Amino acid sequence: MTADLPSFAPALPEIVLALGAMALLMLGVFRSGKAYTQVSTLTVFLFILVGVLLVAYVGGERSVTFSGLFVTDSFAIFSKILVLVGSGVALMMSSRYMADHGIDRFEYPVLIALATLGMMIMISANNLLSLYVGLELQSLALYVLAAIHRNRNRATEAGLKYFVLGALSSGMLLYGISLIYGFTGTISFDLLADSVKTGEHAGIGVIVGMVFLIAGFAFKISAVPFHMWTPDVYEGAPTPVTAFFAAAPKVAALAMFVRAMFGAFGELVTEWQQVVIFISIASMIVGAVIAIVQTNIKRLMAYSSIGHVGYALVGLAAGTEAGVEALLVYIAIYMTMTLGSFAAILSMRRNGQMVEEIGDLAGLSQTNLPLAIGIAIFMFSLAGIPMLAGFFGKWVVFWAAVEAGLTPLAIVGLLASVISCFYYIRIVKVMFFDEPAGNFDADKGRAIPLVIGVSAVLHSPVSFLLISPLIAAAAWAAKSLIY
Amino acid sequence: MEIGLAHYLAVAAILFVFGVFGIFLNRKNVIIILMSVELMLLAVNINLVAFSTALGDLVGQVFAMFVLTVAAAEAAIGLAILVIYFRNRGSIAVEDINQMKG
Repeated sequence: MTADLPSFAPALPEIVLALGAMALLMLGVFRSGKAYTQVSTLTVFLFILVGVLLVAYVGGERSVTFSGLFVTDSFAIFSKILVLVGSGVALMMSSRYMADHGIDRFEYPVLIALATLGMMIMISANNLLSLYVGLELQSLALYVLAAIHRNRNRATEAGLKYFVLGALSSGMLLYGISLIYGFTGTISFDLLADSVKTGEHAGIGVIVGMVFLIAGFAFKISAVPFHMWTPDVYEGAPTPVTAFFAAAPKVAALAMFVRAMFGAFGELVTEWQQVVIFISIASMIVGAVIAIVQTNIKRLMAYSSIGHVGYALVGLAAGTEAGVEALLVYIAIYMTMTLGSFAAILSMRRNGQMVEEIGDLAGLSQTNLPLAIGIAIFMFSLAGIPMLAGFFGKWVVFWAAVEAGLTPLAIVGLLASVISCFYYIRIVKVMFFDEPAGNFDADKGRAIPLVIGVSAVLHSPVSFLLISPLIAAAAWAAKSLIY
Repeated sequence: MEIGLAHYLAVAAILFVFGVFGIFLNRKNVIIILMSVELMLLAVNINLVAFSTALGDLVGQVFAMFVLTVAAAEAAIGLAILVIYFRNRGSIAVEDINQMKG
């Protein structure tokens, strides 16, 4: 028996990343000791190389390979570029924190590279098997990253909690997959779409399986009611790791969610729409209300991210091409906001110690005006104040929902974002009107001020110029998903 | 009595529910949580293999192999995290995992 070799070309960026990560692991092992800086720099270059390959070599044409397990199209290219930017920027921001805390081990960049590889496979999964394998490759790397500060109590506790709840979510996802397989006889997205379309198998078994699958996805994107791990993991994990968690894995899991819903269950939109609307409303409300009582800024960002996932899901709930386009615009904007905010949190250092309370920001405008202005822009943008990029993100998702006939959902979203304004603006008030709490240490590296500066500029009213190219790119990406 | 697909599915469903309850109701020991996770994954494997036989399709068994492999990796990482947690806290009781709340 002979089998034709599959075409490797569409998966070349992933293959390069996998081989590169293994080569960097070898480099780190043989250069024992001080290999962190070298491996970290090379990993960033590897991400850039993979990004160039994605754009220049693979391109946005839809092509399927590995017996239908792997698909690449313009949606995949858009999401993968976002993931690579998120991972690369999070890695660049890490060096100083890692060195200060004595956790500058070369395994850290290698694990980020492997998690990124898992995310890229998730985004390109065209089959429940490759979806599961990609998801686990990402998750297993993330469990270790959460606990990488292994002699700090809170980090190991965060790792343990993340692991237990992540394993539970994988179990639910797998149970859903087994039901879908049993009731349709296939795990390929294309065949599932056909089987659901002909209506032969769209029985209760498939729908139950799909709901389990959505529950598993909701864990990974930290949507309510599966959000319990988020605040603890965000607070306990080292701050650069938290920045990474809030950016890249969210984008990848949302992209995977969207592809599974539209690629495999496009015909069941009325069934999954109800579930997505429920988790979207619940996430927006929990994200807005519980964040009010938080005093730790990393915990506050965790609830903020729960809320933002809710807003992004409004786009998915619309169930239209415009909705997917809006979701992609929203997550691109959210990712830059969140990376900027965490860069600002990383520069909250006083007398050589990291500080994480909101009260520590008091009077920042008098001691460090540029940083205060940067944080103010991020907070206003997260709140969705008009003229800033965050406003456009909310505008497009709510507009997509209204066009799809989901006006009540858009109204709940608006109310939730009004409530959430309270705690974002409170941070600005603490920075500009309270008595100074003392100076922060000056930043030594260039990476963090650079990230704060660039993302603050991107979110300032300059975003007027950038929003139409972003919308055009998202439209190009969304078009490939619905056919 | 003929043992059919429904029996396998019922066993798998019961085991899966035991696994989920084992995670949430257990107040003693994290090791028991790891065992419950394994129980959930094995319930899924029973499901996959039973469906595979009933459908006369090999994909389910291939999937079960992947699940077994990933479950082994997951258990290894879980135990590793548990070991470093124990080094810090000197305890693996579930009620001691309460440094962060809210």
